Amino acid sequence: MNHTLVALVEDKPGVLNRVASLFRRRAFNIESLSVGRTAEPGVSRMTIVIDSDQTNAERVTAYLYKLVNVLQVDDLGAEPGIARDLALVKVAVSNGDRPALLRIVDETRAHIVDTSERTMTVEITGEPPHVDAVIGRLEPLGIVEMVRTGQVAMRRGDAARA
Amino acid sequence: VKRTGAQIIWECLVREGISTVFGYPGGAILPAYDAMLDYPIRHVLVRHEQGATHMADGYARAGGGVGVAIATSGPGATNLVTGIATAQMDSSPMVCITGQVPSRLIGYDAFQETDITGITLPITKHNYLVTRVEDIMPAIREALYIAQAGRPGPVLVDITKDAQQASLDWQWDGGPIQLRKERSRHAPTAASLERAAELIRHARKPLILAGQGVQQSRAYAELSAFAELTDTPVALTLLGLGAFPASHPLNLGMMGMHGEAWVNHAIQEADLLLAFGMRFDDRVTGNTRTYAPQAKKIHIDIDPSELNKNVAADVGIVGDLRETLRDLLDVVGRCDHAPWIAYIRAMKGDTAVRDIQRMPDDGHLYAAHVIHDIWRATDGKALVVTDVGQHQMWEAQYYHHESPRSLITSGGLGTMGFGLPAAIGAKLARPDAEVWAIVGDGGFQMTQAELSTAAQEGVKVNVAIINNGYLGMVRQWQEFFYERRYAATPLRSPDFVKIAEAHGLAGFRVESRGQVLETVKQARENDGTVLIDFRVEQEDSVYPMVPAGADLHAMIRRPVSAIAETAADLI
Repeated sequence: MNHTLVALVEDKPGVLNRVASLFRRRAFNIESLSVGRTAEPGVSRMTIVIDSDQTNAERVTAYLYKLVNVLQVDDLGAEPGIARDLALVKVAVSNGDRPALLRIVDETRAHIVDTSERTMTVEITGEPPHVDAVIGRLEPLGIVEMVRTGQVAMRRGDAARA
Repeated sequence: VKRTGAQIIWECLVREGISTVFGYPGGAILPAYDAMLDYPIRHVLVRHEQGATHMADGYARAGGGVGVAIATSGPGATNLVTGIATAQMDSSPMVCITGQVPSRLIGYDAFQETDITGITLPITKHNYLVTRVEDIMPAIREALYIAQAGRPGPVLVDITKDAQQASLDWQWDGGPIQLRKERSRHAPTAASLERAAELIRHARKPLILAGQGVQQSRAYAELSAFAELTDTPVALTLLGLGAFPASHPLNLGMMGMHGEAWVNHAIQEADLLLAFGMRFDDRVTGNTRTYAPQAKKIHIDIDPSELNKNVAADVGIVGDLRETLRDLLDVVGRCDHAPWIAYIRAMKGDTAVRDIQRMPDDGHLYAAHVIHDIWRATDGKALVVTDVGQHQMWEAQYYHHESPRSLITSGGLGTMGFGLPAAIGAKLARPDAEVWAIVGDGGFQMTQAELSTAAQEGVKVNVAIINNGYLGMVRQWQEFFYERRYAATPLRSPDFVKIAEAHGLAGFRVESRGQVLETVKQARENDGTVLIDFRVEQEDSVYPMVPAGADLHAMIRRPVSAIAETAADLI
């Protein structure tokens, strides 16, 4: 089962390397890892998704805290309040496929962000299962190229982390 | 005042109380070495940078402060790696300062460039790459702080040559270290203390497992008070030896792979384990699935990541051991475990004495004899530093440590070559202590070059080589588990007496039991470093032994059939 951890880290050279090295060193598997800025200068935020059947979230949290540059770790559990993943999917569209693709895009609140003679590129944003589902529907048309950002997440309500 | 980066390094170290450093110069660290001459620093020139780290480590463990090692970039820095990993595994506070190529050359594969912060990332508590002169003071001060804070460990500071050469208008900032991370003060909750007290009150067969954490938090008095108040026997890890006096009636001795049989049996039969500053290493537990099956576990450690790592705790308390024991002493009452203690005592019998007595008196010298006699000759008061292998375990079994920080040994990493340099470092930290390096013929030769350092520095350590002509512990495993196929373990050594003499030091060879005490006496009377080559029985093994991964109670015992009684007056 997927399990989400949010780590606030100092925005210093090598911090991502320290976190990645920890996961490698302790043989933890990462499902996804996404890093970006926060509202606080000098602080970055990492959203780490692990498979909790293979990797114990408490152990990961305890080891993350040992890193000097890790300021805070929040365990969002299996169902983080707000979770978003973004995918860009380039789909092959031979003559007859175009209407089928447009229908899927319309039904799933995805967007066409690029179109050319033989392909169309779709942007999908949503909770990871939603993104999975849309990709599943696009697959029969022929996916040429795909990228996902990995999940970012936040608690609902007034609780603020940085 | 105007200061160069090189000067700032020493300004910081001296003001933070560092008086001795261990190192080896080279191109990228030359500015720092040049500046060093103007500061009150004793620099010990090692023969290999690995020696500098083990010396700094031994210095820290003996003295209770932080040890500092210095090296240049590239090979100088990479040679530190084994010693850094050793310090990391045994939580020893150490700061390594390395020179780095000028910042404009980083990434261009410059001469003697190596990514030492990348290389040491998984084996340091933290590390720094400093490329600007203004960052040197914060980095050095933080490094010294982090190395000693909480669970201690090694920190590396890599400083580019241009940062050492640049200067700035500098002022000492002696204020408290401002880490962005809030250091959470872990205080045990009243609820967890009460749950622990409840388990302690109801235990019939409790056992304290005391580790190095006792020494690092200086919880000796609290441990004794707790053991006595609750009438609970104490078993020690290898790194815990000395934390509780060997002669204390509640002291059982060492646990684990080569622990005493009665200790391991007591652990397997206990109904409560109180783990104080120890981490349930695999050499201590054997098979964790069958480990202490009936026991509830109370685990106190300053590092939260140790709780529930190897063995699940019924009550886990994160905190400084000394403070936590004080809190616990307030909530536990007097207990009486006379039947349990009598039971363990009956198991124990006179095994240790008997083992030595039963060594065949066939004119051969046994390691147990040597260590027992060194213990007798030094009244058990020496500061002993060991290498790694059979002699290390025999030392743990036959030298009875009464006082804290009287045994220094590489436990977690098991680093051969640790003994001699760590002993030199230990002696410099505690000049008044009588320091013995008890080493094997294999490990000694790994860092034998540091004998030259001891001679140049005029450092007095007594080196006892337990020479059995084999890489003994590996040979023992080959004997037990590989049908006596001695692959690459027979070891031909040089004439160690001549080696000593080549360094202008005294060397002795001892081949029979009768010579041991007299030679030890001569070594102690000599003002300089002395080397004694003890030619011991070649195929002796360390007993008891729990094979790796086996159940803790499944010990291989010393075969009795081949054993004859020796005269009791040799004991």
